[in-house]
Amino acid sequence: MSDGSPRTGAARSPRALRSGSLLAGGLIVAGLLAAALAAPWLSPYAPTRIFPGAEIAPPGPRFLLGTDEVGRDILSRLLYGARVSLGVAIPSVGLAALAGTTLGVGLGYWGGAPDLLAMRLFDVLFAFPPILLAIALVAALGPSTVNLILTIAVLTLPQFAMLARSATLAVKPQDFVQAARALGASHGRILCAHVLRNITPALAVQTSLSLSIVILVEAALSFLGLGTQPPAPSWGGMLSRGRQYMAIAPWLVLGPGLAIMLAVLGFNLLGDAQRDLLDPRRAAADRRIP
Amino acid sequence: MAAYVGTRLLLLIPTLVGVSLLTFFLIHLIPGDLVTILLGITASQNEQTRQALIHALHLDRPLAVQYLLWLGAVLRGDLGHSLVTGLSVRDELVRSYPVTLQLALMAMAIALAAGIPMGVLAATRAGRALDASTRVFSLLFISAPAFFIGTVVIIAGARYAPWLHTLGYVPFAEQPARSILGMLPAAASLGLAISAIIARFTRSSMLDVLGQDFVRTARAKGVADRAVVFKHALRNALIPVVATAGTQFVYLIGGAVIIEEVFALPGMGRLVVNAIYQRDYTTIQGAVLVLTSGAVLVNLTLDLLYHVIDRRILYA
Repeated sequence: MSDGSPRTGAARSPRALRSGSLLAGGLIVAGLLAAALAAPWLSPYAPTRIFPGAEIAPPGPRFLLGTDEVGRDILSRLLYGARVSLGVAIPSVGLAALAGTTLGVGLGYWGGAPDLLAMRLFDVLFAFPPILLAIALVAALGPSTVNLILTIAVLTLPQFAMLARSATLAVKPQDFVQAARALGASHGRILCAHVLRNITPALAVQTSLSLSIVILVEAALSFLGLGTQPPAPSWGGMLSRGRQYMAIAPWLVLGPGLAIMLAVLGFNLLGDAQRDLLDPRRAAADRRIP
Repeated sequence: MAAYVGTRLLLLIPTLVGVSLLTFFLIHLIPGDLVTILLGITASQNEQTRQALIHALHLDRPLAVQYLLWLGAVLRGDLGHSLVTGLSVRDELVRSYPVTLQLALMAMAIALAAGIPMGVLAATRAGRALDASTRVFSLLFISAPAFFIGTVVIIAGARYAPWLHTLGYVPFAEQPARSILGMLPAAASLGLAISAIIARFTRSSMLDVLGQDFVRTARAKGVADRAVVFKHALRNALIPVVATAGTQFVYLIGGAVIIEEVFALPGMGRLVVNAIYQRDYTTIQGAVLVLTSGAVLVNLTLDLLYHVIDRRILYA
């Protein structure tokens, strides 16, 4: 920076990248959703179909991304894997967003002893490394898709609750809320029409960022054998089993690894772009992604 | 300052009590008859073994009493015995913690050493090609799971640097240099993801500081560009970076659990994962409690350090 001029927010982050991240993120997420919804039509073979004699086949015209150690088509398994990954991520984040926002808005609006208690409880939950707590919870409850969704929802809920709470606290003392109150609006009406409507954009950003984190957590749990159980094609599980053959057949780990990376990247880009749209002044500043 | 430290230390108590409560009740979440689950179906047939376990874990007492007895033992340094090997959980943890500590410290050092210069470079060239490529780099590494980076590092290492793999794990106390070298691939896999986050933080923090009046004053009185960036701006910009390092450390501990599994390092993470495979619940409990309390304490230390560095902060 040789000219020494103070930079304003707009000039701070590369323009082209900022508008590009909405497009790229949107495209990746749309592609993921399409893969998950249309897996049966898009994939060349059934994800569990075994081709005897074609084990660990390298990528080629018959198997575009090669086959795995028992002779299953990797491309088909990756496409169905999107279904598994989003099948855990979307319900768990949806549940966390719904329950967390309701709780957070309530705590912020009414405050008092429940608020203090919940804050201490969230402090405790935040103290645990999320992966460690997820591992321990799933280990105790037993690995099943429902337990996985519930565990991840419990771990994600505090983020939504904290966000909704602080946003509610910020909106509550403002004049328009006081005015609505004076005009005799009920608590329910104030919460829905004024508070919720004002915090929706922030919640949308959090949803995208949470989805990216949750996809990583699901992949990590499946990698450790605690997530989605075989023969369901989870990306983390595919990567974990492929490690035995990685020296001779790197496509067994590169395919699922890149799929996880792409999915996380897509939601990250989308979240970033949403945030930039929401607050152009602070664009690209203060990103906290665990 | 003293009052602030006091408040933070007092707040530490409910957090640690909460962590211990949650860890304790973890094994009560397991559906089914606890004794049968803990012992396994064959061993639980034996009435004597059953009674021994019930006695050891105080399972015949009310839940609250069980918790207090367990907490009392924990505070005396007794974390019980492994359900599988019968070894003291504390001894197992004492044996494995130096590995995790070394991994976490090396990964954090790599993250800071790579992330801060990247962030500074990106900030001083904001909006240009280098800034853009730093952003692409951060996004890629934030998105890549550490176990994938680790796996790729192992594949690449086996092909291009086979001597690294042959090093294996050597305890630091025995051969420090070899130990550091051998753990480098694992620490780098873990540290790169964090370095991407640190780089983003440093960049935005640097940009904030570079736009402030005192920087303009320094420039106006003719201070060299290099001195402005490093002496005036960086020192101030690093303060919030230190503050986030604590949060990052908590995630780093979680990442270490998986990276130890990938690189077969005999640390606490591997201990937990193996305990889960063997349904060794007392070991899971002990390791989760110690790892989480460790993360809480490191987080607190860094937070206090942040307040020592930044004297402007009011102790509210």
